[in-house]
Amino acid sequence: MAAGTAGPAGLKDATAIVGIGQTPFAKRLPEDERTLACRAVLAALDDAGIAPGEVDALASYTMEETDEVELAKACGFGDLTFFSKVGFGGGGSCATVAHLAAAVATGQASVGVAWRSRKRGSGARPWTDTTVQLPTPAQWTRPYGLLRPVDEIAMLARRYMHEYGATRDHLFNVALACRNRANQNPAAIMYDRPLTREMYMTSRWISEPLCLFDNCLETDGALACVVISAERARDCRRTPVYVHSAAQSLPAQHHGMVNYWNDDPLTGPAWTAARHLWKHSDLAPEDVDVAQIYDAFTPLVLLSLEGFGFCGRGEGGAFTEGGALEIGGPLPVNTGGGGLSEAYVHGFNLINEGVKQLRGTSTAQVPGASACLVTAGEGVPTSALLLRS
Amino acid sequence: MLRPVTDADGAPFWEYAARGELRVQACAGCGEPRFPPRPCCPHCQSFEAEWRLVPGTGRVWSYVVPHPPLLPDYAELAPYNVVVVELDKAPRIRLVGNLVAGPGEPLGSLPADRLRIGARVRVVFDDGLPRWVLERS
Repeated sequence: MAAGTAGPAGLKDATAIVGIGQTPFAKRLPEDERTLACRAVLAALDDAGIAPGEVDALASYTMEETDEVELAKACGFGDLTFFSKVGFGGGGSCATVAHLAAAVATGQASVGVAWRSRKRGSGARPWTDTTVQLPTPAQWTRPYGLLRPVDEIAMLARRYMHEYGATRDHLFNVALACRNRANQNPAAIMYDRPLTREMYMTSRWISEPLCLFDNCLETDGALACVVISAERARDCRRTPVYVHSAAQSLPAQHHGMVNYWNDDPLTGPAWTAARHLWKHSDLAPEDVDVAQIYDAFTPLVLLSLEGFGFCGRGEGGAFTEGGALEIGGPLPVNTGGGGLSEAYVHGFNLINEGVKQLRGTSTAQVPGASACLVTAGEGVPTSALLLRS
Repeated sequence: MLRPVTDADGAPFWEYAARGELRVQACAGCGEPRFPPRPCCPHCQSFEAEWRLVPGTGRVWSYVVPHPPLLPDYAELAPYNVVVVELDKAPRIRLVGNLVAGPGEPLGSLPADRLRIGARVRVVFDDGLPRWVLERS
């Protein structure tokens, strides 16, 4: 194992994802979030061939409702010696795996499980709870009717389109690539529903300049994955998918979803995450075969393409032209359908899809894929993973 | 309609706004203005601050037009605009607000085709909230 650059016990390739699991995805599932969490976690452990009693580390999101005690006692975990939760909604997805990788690489634990269970399809929309949402910095935005995440991101999207000449067709290219991959994935909510440019251009507005198809799905579902040392991973039943590089990112003077108050609001957390990710990697953007880019809203993908170095500043829109994000293009993205068309579970399905690509088992397999970038929410303190086979 | 639920750092902004004054927090040590307000200066770490009167003029930096689903009071007024205004002489101070047809006019009163990034705007106060109207000149 090559020595990492992060210190004497670097993260580079020190750990691997050896199991993934998920429940069905639907607008409404009958079971509660806790039950769905248990099902996804046990499916991931079964996939890995590791007994629940061996689990000694957990990581999830601060927004996750099923806590460690509930999960551990239901699933029959052993004694836990590491547990961690990451904030900022979908910005925390990749960080759950990163925290487990750090824990395993430094000997704090040996078998880690990351998970997310959410009934966002049948449950309440978080922005409708004004008691939770109103404290600072909401005082500066919500009284004026900037109420929902889509409104906050649409504000940046309009400015981005104005500065760089990006168009709705560029946003459509993102929505279409995700939908086309979902149409290949029987587990995707939009499996049997093709998208056309006509449908996109005539759909209802949600927050101009963003329409219905610029928004992710609202989904019930749960996913999980299992992280262990690279050494042990070589003896597992599945092809190990190595955590080659991992990063968290909260840029200086970043303001979260309403990042309107610094010198350059159009370079967000993706840029900071990318600098760290590439610095600790043997790979460069051109070595990435396939990417799973957080897509709560289509403009986040354009920003992320720039931030992670696949194109220059302001070129994210143009990059999507000519089928660039489709299978066969220079950077196939969100090959399970992403949050836009497979399921929106705070980006965890992007992690599992990255694993499937590197195992060679995706429903939209990129031939010979050996390196996959997975990103978390742009526009909030974020995280990212570079996975390799 | 939602009222600002303020905190110790933000309260002075709203107290001045209730009097029809647009003031932003600035460092009493190095003089740098900052928004949103916070306990200390990110440039020099001073805890001393003042509330500086700023010209109530600026330009539209960006805008959105929300459509339902929205909270009921807002859904009734939709589609309406929400703008970010970049203040003259303080380019990093950008205030979220609404561009309305005139003082006292409601959200959504300005026709959408009048909205433009770069448009010059001027502050008006409505029930303690700063709102914005197009400059005529």
